This record gives sequence, structure tokens and C-alpha cells, in this order.
Amino acid sequence: MTKLFNYIRESQIWKSVFRHGYPDTPRNRTLAVLSNVFLHLHPVKVRRSGIRLSYTWCMGGLTFFLFLILTLTGLLLMFYYRPTADKAYEDIFALREHVPIGVMREMHRWGAHLMVISVWLHMYRVFLTGSYKPPREFNWNVGVILLVLTLLLSFTGYLLPWDQLAVWAITVGTNMARATPFLGHEGPGAALVSFGGIDFIHAGDDVRFGLLAGRFVGEGALLRFYVLHCVGFPLIAATLMAVHFWRVRKDGGISGPL
Amino acid sequence: MHLALATLLGGGGAPVNDGPIAAGIKNFSNWLTEPTRYSVASILAVVGILYFRKFFSQVWVVTAFFALSTAYFVFAFQDPNFNAIITKPDNVPIVILFVTVIFFSWLSLRRAVINDERTKRGEPTLEGELAKQKVFTWPDLVYSELICLILFTAGMLVWSILITAPIEEPAATARTPNPSKAPWYFLGLQELLVYFDPWLAGVVLPSFIVVGLCAIPYLDLNPKGNGYYTFEERPFAIAFFWVGFLLFWVSFVILGTFLRGPNWSFFGPFEFWDLHKLEPMVNVDLSTYFWVELLDKPRPDNPFVREAPGIVALIGYFLVLPPLLGKTVMKKMVEEMGMVRFNVFMHLFLWFALIPVKMGLRWTVNLKYFIGMPEYFFNV
Ligand code: HEM
Repeated sequence: MTKLFNYIRESQIWKSVFRHGYPDTPRNRTLAVLSNVFLHLHPVKVRRSGIRLSYTWCMGGLTFFLFLILTLTGLLLMFYYRPTADKAYEDIFALREHVPIGVMREMHRWGAHLMVISVWLHMYRVFLTGSYKPPREFNWNVGVILLVLTLLLSFTGYLLPWDQLAVWAITVGTNMARATPFLGHEGPGAALVSFGGIDFIHAGDDVRFGLLAGRFVGEGALLRFYVLHCVGFPLIAATLMAVHFWRVRKDGGISGPL
Repeated sequence: MHLALATLLGGGGAPVNDGPIAAGIKNFSNWLTEPTRYSVASILAVVGILYFRKFFSQVWVVTAFFALSTAYFVFAFQDPNFNAIITKPDNVPIVILFVTVIFFSWLSLRRAVINDERTKRGEPTLEGELAKQKVFTWPDLVYSELICLILFTAGMLVWSILITAPIEEPAATARTPNPSKAPWYFLGLQELLVYFDPWLAGVVLPSFIVVGLCAIPYLDLNPKGNGYYTFEERPFAIAFFWVGFLLFWVSFVILGTFLRGPNWSFFGPFEFWDLHKLEPMVNVDLSTYFWVELLDKPRPDNPFVREAPGIVALIGYFLVLPPLLGKTVMKKMVEEMGMVRFNVFMHLFLWFALIPVKMGLRWTVNLKYFIGMPEYFFNV
């Protein structure tokens, strides 16, 4: 058995993948982190205080993990879902009716709820430990954008089941846009945006119309939300997460007393 | 339509036979959770907990709190009205939110109290003690990450198998469900719609929340409390965030989920969600107070004259108050922060403070709008 292991570990294939021995010596432990692009997000050594659960609550890590779960389950859901007004509901319904112990939709939905909670708690922790103070001001701002993106991801996904709950929640949410100052047709100042007696802002061209691709939540809105939910926002969020993690390292690792 | 059906099937608030104690607890809960009392009680709770933080940060206090909450929950679960709302699958996360937020607030407060005492005695903080040691990422960090992930995934799987994701009837744009609620994480903003028009509650205030969050690192110049929990080294910052996050965000989400029913009317946790419950609208504009009640005249026709009192009041609030405070009580603050920072801070803060101010005025004198110009969709 030992011989077999040794044979495998001496083979060219193994060595081409792992460029160091088992990580039980300082040298190999360092190499384990340095030579792996994913682990390389971490520094080689960390302050003891920074990895305590009672300090970070692991909420940033959990948020990231939830993002990964959601990407995976979301990808699987995309195989079965057609974003059109007459198919969307049917497809979601079929997932529920025809798949025994199906968990993909559940994992995706409960995970999405949890991600909103964990990102709030992460922000709460970062605030309470004063970790936004110099030199981490910029990373806090990256975080704020990630928070907004998380909410937008969740909001656009909320519409996709195309049931009463979905459509009306998005209607209530986007009705707000009608009242945007100057840009919504029921917003203060919208009447001022007119030229020679022609109103430029009306129900057929204000921001709400732009969000929904129509005057109400219909097929256009479904497609628009689908594309943003599955492609647009995840790409931006993933990019910013890379920046966020990189910055955690560059700003001296998880914050701690100086 | 389907709601009406549910009402019929549910028997319209099926009669519950409670003993006197159970009925008493339920009536008291319904009474206490009425929005005015709910908000005042939660403000008092936050202030009290921060002030008596030594007491509240003890282990037995939070244990007792969770034990009592569990007991209350088990008791309440028997009630058909409470049960109907709490067992909606999409409301499970709100319960998780409630538990985790309270637990982590307690944990942070506990560590803050311990750290503050250590600092007073001249000892390093809890974090300071550990920060001197450095450990290898592999295995110490990677392993604890891995264990977290496995436990967490297992929990998610169990939850997903036990509770099926709901789906309602197909979308029908002609049939408005009642209540129509935004996704739960925006219910705090929907609650603000009770007090403000959509352009404020749905557009301006959320934008200011985002801008305000971004501005925090540039406005808080206190160098202390970076990298460890503390209260005494930054009391204002912590208290402000507790009020903003715990009261005006989390507790409003909970209020909006469990206590707001059809027509966004208030319903106690043990009350039946009756479609026909109407809350009388008796709110009065500031202009009516000024012209009709104070001067005993009809309100002028010109909207700008009519709304002059409100316009003056808000100009005073936003434009006169900051320089006035900067010259007097907050002189030191201006010197430390500089004019630009001070003004940005004051304006963000005054917008934030407008929320409790308006709420208070609504509860006490039924104020509807400071400035009410429906002609221009401009109501504040
Ligand atoms: C998609 C959302 C987010 C993900 C995946 C994420 C992930 C992480 C992770 C893994 C860390 C390492 C430390 C820890 O786990 O606490 C971290 C640190 C940090 N995060 Fe986030 N985060 C997110 C959103 C936010 C938000 C909303 C904020 C603040 C508004 C924020 C501000 C920060 C800051 C300042 C640090 C450095 C903290 C320190 O050094 O102690 N992040 N983030």
C-alpha cells in the first residue's frame, strides 16, 4: 500500500500537478499556499486573532461560499428553465412536481436568503471591529458595492419563478422608480423636464420603463431580469470579490490591533 | 380571490379557546407590538442594553433570553394565527435573521466589555494577545474553513430536503394580492412608506444609505478601535450603527414580515389577517395646522404660499441648523473634521434623523407632510 502511494507520488503526472511534498513541514506548508492559485488568496501565515470565529464570525467566508453554492445550483437550474412568460412558471412547477427529493431549487432559494443575511452580518462585524479604518477604507467601499450587488442579485432572481409572489413583489419594488426625482413620471421635478410643451418624462420612457422594458412587469422585464441575474450581476460580483479578497491581503490581512 | 377563499376555509379567524393566562399573554403581545409601542420599546431596549452593557453581556442573560424566546415560540406556535405566518417557508430566514443578529450583537458586546476592562487595567485586548502569534494558513486556517463548509453544507441540505421551496399561483397582472409585499430585505423601506412618499422612502433614502455607508471610513476619524471589539473607545459610532442597523433595518424587516398584513395594516402576532381591517386616516398637513388651526384662515391657493411654513421649517433644518451647530455646540467637531467633512456628515445625519422625527410627529400630532405639494409630486 505504502509502495503504491509512493509510486503514485513519484509519478510524472502527480509531480506535474503538486510541486511540493505533503504539507507537514514549514517549507511545504508555505509552498502549499504559494503554489495554489486559490489558496494563494490567503497569506502564508496569518495572525492567530484573525482566524478566530469569535472575531470574524466567518461571515465573509460564508458569504463567498454561498455565492459558490448559488452559482453551482443556479447553473443547474438554467438547464431546466426558459425565461418566457408562458414557460417560466411551468418549468419551475415541473421541478417541484417531477423531481423526487429535488434540492436544487431549494438550495438556491434558501441559499439566496442566507446570503443576504450573511452579507449584512459581515458588514456588521466589519463595522463593529472598526475594520473600515485606514488602511481598509477602499475595501469597505468595494464591500458596499458587493452588498448592493447581492441585493440586486436576489431581487432579479425573485421575479424568475413568475408566480404571484414574484410578479407582485417586483411590482411593489419597481413602483418606487416611478417616483425618482426628475427621472420618474411621478417624481418631483419630472414636469420640469419638458421642452416647448412636450413632456420628456412620461410612463412610457421613465426609469421604471427602462428597468422593466415596459409599463408593467411583463415578458420584457422577465428577460431583462433573467439576463442580469444569470450573467450580468454574477460577473460583476465575481470580479469585485476577487478585488475584495486581494485587498484584504494587501491591506495587511484580517484587521487586528496594531 | 384565493385569499378570500383561504379566509372561508380558515373559518375567518377560527375561535381559539385559551385559558386566562394564555389569552393574557396573547393580548399583551398584540398590544405591545403595535408599531408605535414596538418602535419605542426597541429604542429603549437598544439604549438600555448599551448603557447596562456589563449586565447584558453576561452569558446567563443571553441564555435566559433565548430560553424564554424558545418557550414563547413553542407556546405561540399552537395559535393558528401565529402559526399561519411563522410557518410560511419563506419566513424561516427571518427567524434565522432574528436569532443570529441578536446572538452576534451579544457576542460583540461581550467582547467589547471584556476588552474595555482589559484596556483600563493596561492589559492587551483579547485580539491583541492573539495577534502576536502567527500560524500557518495550511493547516490552521484551511482546516477550519473546510470544517465550516462541511457543517454548513450539511445544514443546507437538511433544510432543503425538509422544506420545499414554495410556488404560488401563476402570475396574473390583473389580480393584485393583498398584502403585496416587496422582497423581505426591502421591507424596512416599505415600512418607511407609511411615513414618507415613494420618492423619499424608495429612492432618496436608500441612495443616502449607500452613500452614507461609503462615506463612513472618511467621516470617522477616530483612530481607535481598529481591529478589536470595543465600546468605550468609540461609543458614538457603535451606538449609531446599532440604532441604524438593528432598529431601522433589521427590526423593521421583522415588523414588515410578521406584523403587517392586508393593506399594510398592523396586525398583532396573534391577530387574524382580516382583509377588512381599516385603519382610520386622520393625518393632517403642516400647512393645515398653520393656516387653519393657528391663523383660523382658509389655506391659500398658491402652493408655495400655502406650504411656506413647511418650506421654512425644512430650510431651517437642513441649511441653518448645521452652520449654527458648527459655530456653537459642535465647534470642536468642525475643527477636527474640517468644513467639508462636517457638512457631509451633518447632511447625512439630518436625513437619517428625519425618519424618527417624522415618525414621532406622526404618532403625536398625526402630521402628514411638512410640505405637501401633490401638484408637483413634491411631498416631504
Ligand atoms: C458578496 C459580498 C462579500 C463577500 C463575499 C466578502 C468576503 C470577505 C471575506 C472572505 C473577508 C475576510 C474576512 C472575513 O471573513 O471577515 C472580507 C473582509 C472584509 N470585508 Fe467583505 N465580503 C463581502 C461584502 C462586504 C461588505 C458588504 C463590506 C462592508 C460594507 C465588506 C467589507 C470588508 C472589509 C473592510 C474587510 C476587511 C476586514 C478585516 O480586515 O477585518 N465586505 N470580506
